[in-house]
Amino acid sequence: MTDRNTLRRTGLYVSASSPVNMAQAPFYNEDMLIYDLEDSVPKSEKDAARLLIYHTVKYHRPKDKEVVIRVNGIDTIYFDQDMECAVRAMPDTIRLPKVESAAEVEQVSALMDRLEKQAGIPAGSINLICNIESFQGILNAQEIAAASPRNVALALSAEDFTASMKMERTKAGLEIFYARNVLVLACRAAGIQALDVVFSDINDLDGLREDSRMTKNMGFDGKTVIHPRQIDIVNSFFTPSEKEIRHALRVLAAIEEGRRQGKGAVSLDGNMIDEPIVLRAQNTVARAKAAGIKVGGER
Amino acid sequence: MAINSVGREVPEEINGRKWKPYQGPFETVPDQQVKTCRRQARLIPGESKMRSDLKAAILASGLKDGMTISFHHHFREGDRIIGQVLTAIRELGIKGLKFAPSAVVNIKEPSIVNFVKDGTINRIEASGIRGQLGDAVIRGLPLAEPVILRPHGGRPRAIEAGELEIDVAFIGASASDCYGNANGTGGKNACGSLGYAKIDARSARQVVVITDTLVDFPCVPASICQDQVDHVVVVEEIGDSSKIGKGAARQTKSPRDLRIAELTAEVIAHSGFFADGFSFQTGAGAIAIACTNYIKERMKEQNIRASFVLGGVPAAVSSLLEEGLVDCIQAVQSFDAVAAMAMAHQPRMVECDNSTYSNPHNKGCFVNQVNIGVLGALEVDTDFNVNILTGSSGEMMGGLGGGPDVAAGADVSIVTLPLFRGRTPSVVDRVFTLCTPGETVAVVVTDAGIALNPKHRNYPVLKENLEKTSLKLVSIEELRDMALGITGVPKPMECTDQIVAVVEYRDGTLIDVIRQIRE
Repeated sequence: MTDRNTLRRTGLYVSASSPVNMAQAPFYNEDMLIYDLEDSVPKSEKDAARLLIYHTVKYHRPKDKEVVIRVNGIDTIYFDQDMECAVRAMPDTIRLPKVESAAEVEQVSALMDRLEKQAGIPAGSINLICNIESFQGILNAQEIAAASPRNVALALSAEDFTASMKMERTKAGLEIFYARNVLVLACRAAGIQALDVVFSDINDLDGLREDSRMTKNMGFDGKTVIHPRQIDIVNSFFTPSEKEIRHALRVLAAIEEGRRQGKGAVSLDGNMIDEPIVLRAQNTVARAKAAGIKVGGER
Repeated sequence: MAINSVGREVPEEINGRKWKPYQGPFETVPDQQVKTCRRQARLIPGESKMRSDLKAAILASGLKDGMTISFHHHFREGDRIIGQVLTAIRELGIKGLKFAPSAVVNIKEPSIVNFVKDGTINRIEASGIRGQLGDAVIRGLPLAEPVILRPHGGRPRAIEAGELEIDVAFIGASASDCYGNANGTGGKNACGSLGYAKIDARSARQVVVITDTLVDFPCVPASICQDQVDHVVVVEEIGDSSKIGKGAARQTKSPRDLRIAELTAEVIAHSGFFADGFSFQTGAGAIAIACTNYIKERMKEQNIRASFVLGGVPAAVSSLLEEGLVDCIQAVQSFDAVAAMAMAHQPRMVECDNSTYSNPHNKGCFVNQVNIGVLGALEVDTDFNVNILTGSSGEMMGGLGGGPDVAAGADVSIVTLPLFRGRTPSVVDRVFTLCTPGETVAVVVTDAGIALNPKHRNYPVLKENLEKTSLKLVSIEELRDMALGITGVPKPMECTDQIVAVVEYRDGTLIDVIRQIRE
């Protein structure tokens, strides 16, 4: 069972038209495995891909991963059958492409209510991640993020967004700086996670490092990846370092000690520890634990 | 027929030739004098060893019907020696030869199969017969006797035990002088180490050196020495340099292979044997090269230097010398042009002959001293037995190589393979052909998890060290279940009763046989 706090450093797209890749994908270190019915599946293979995903998730479900199915968009002819298949397969999460308004999310959420009921699945058990892929989506990001309790994250897709904005897509990514900020703001406001764009040059691992560093600093919780080579690099940026964990634990210990002594203000190494610092420390420890790191003398 | 200690039914005699069934990796104790076919000779000052062409050399060697000829496989798929020599032999009308190269790689032009069909060759002994020849053999190519497959260490053992008597050794060398001093580092078709040719040179009744680059006397350095050489022939081309090895063997980009390589490097780093002065052998497969690069990173990070690296050498290994990360490399063969050049220029890149490398019945081979051995495989079973010969559709996919030798000798032998290939599971209940006994395999690393062999001598230390890490340790049965869960259980291959090849363990006992595939 996953929720808004589940670790989502990396989400690996795997095409549902490639059975071998689907079988191998769970062996890597991605947090989310996203079986894709949308862009990577040719139109003529949508039905076969649905069957493959259904059987894979139902009978060969990867362990210790968040299982996600990306369906085709609401306005496509594939959507209804995709949703029927996806809900009945019972993934942790459905990833909805090209979301532009809160109404769409409400509509899909209602559809999921109905399908869950028909399939005998506990109501509201499947999460949603909404892909924001257009200027309209960015303008409505705050409402979209808050539109359903099923929402666990928004994910930005740069290629479609820049096309909708008549922008040139660059590696440095200055053109999507504002959209990235908006997305993180909307997610923080709704208490859900923010997932960053794909870095599409799979051979430029230094570029990926640079991009991931910036993304992490901007507040994102993770990043979508399109190749297994990208996973460990991205994970490393969204996993707290030993130094960060040590510092966070010292902050929390100082606060605890202050409370015991009934102190109003607590300082560490001469610096006042205020609420944001505590929040960041708690977040660091939580992310470290979620990533499987043994924290603070755990065995 | 007898059942050996790994449960395989093996013959005790074929055509008067006797074998003992395999009983364990170190159960056979040799007690005889080392044998050789090498003859004394008399060379009068001024007498020439140069022969006008291959036919003249073959005639001068005294090659007759039914004799045994040998070759090395250092030119790999670029080899043009074997084809030229066999063609000359055919034209001379010599028949019924035993073909005993160190290995047969996939040589297509001309196909070795045709020399079997026309009767030039009627028996084969090698480490592997990959490619057209192997596929034809496994489908019943008519030979006088089943093919004898031996691991690299088994070949010098068999030669010194008198089981493989080489009448004429044809040794390709990229540079030679007129008196037979020769090497693999000079000339236009350098292949690097001639480690597999050395045992033939010192054991054969007659030795013919074949080169396309004749250098002034004396050729220095000399991997093959004049005192062992009877004849020297110059031909136009000894090989196709683009196939012998161009540039450095590149690192794979396959995420699956990289993952297996990275996990293997993690196992090595936490095995308890990864410390200053450690030693290893990784080889030249895609996973092996990637693994070498990962180990190299670890060595730099932890300031660890290796005492030696062993075996076949690609650029990834030879670069360790250049970066000062290893004291010496014991090179039995060189896998690419960079490694071949390093052989010429790096004094601590030592040309290691195949007997010193892996012969279990000499007074100490290098594999006994190696800490870590990384091995490739086609299949592994729940007893950790390894198949490196036969593929799922009855093709001859590989050679025994040094795998059984390194597994037996190394403190930690690590078999690396993907959980499944295409629709074929790699972890199974029972391997089709048993090549390396499971009792000599310490660890199996797949992309889906790592299994330790509870019956391996170093299991306690590996278990203790690896359980402290976050590496995913699973049982071999779990790996099998995962593999079969994805691929389903394949229908077993159907074979006739006809034995087409016997698989010798390194000590000369029979570990398995290969039967003809029923079409």
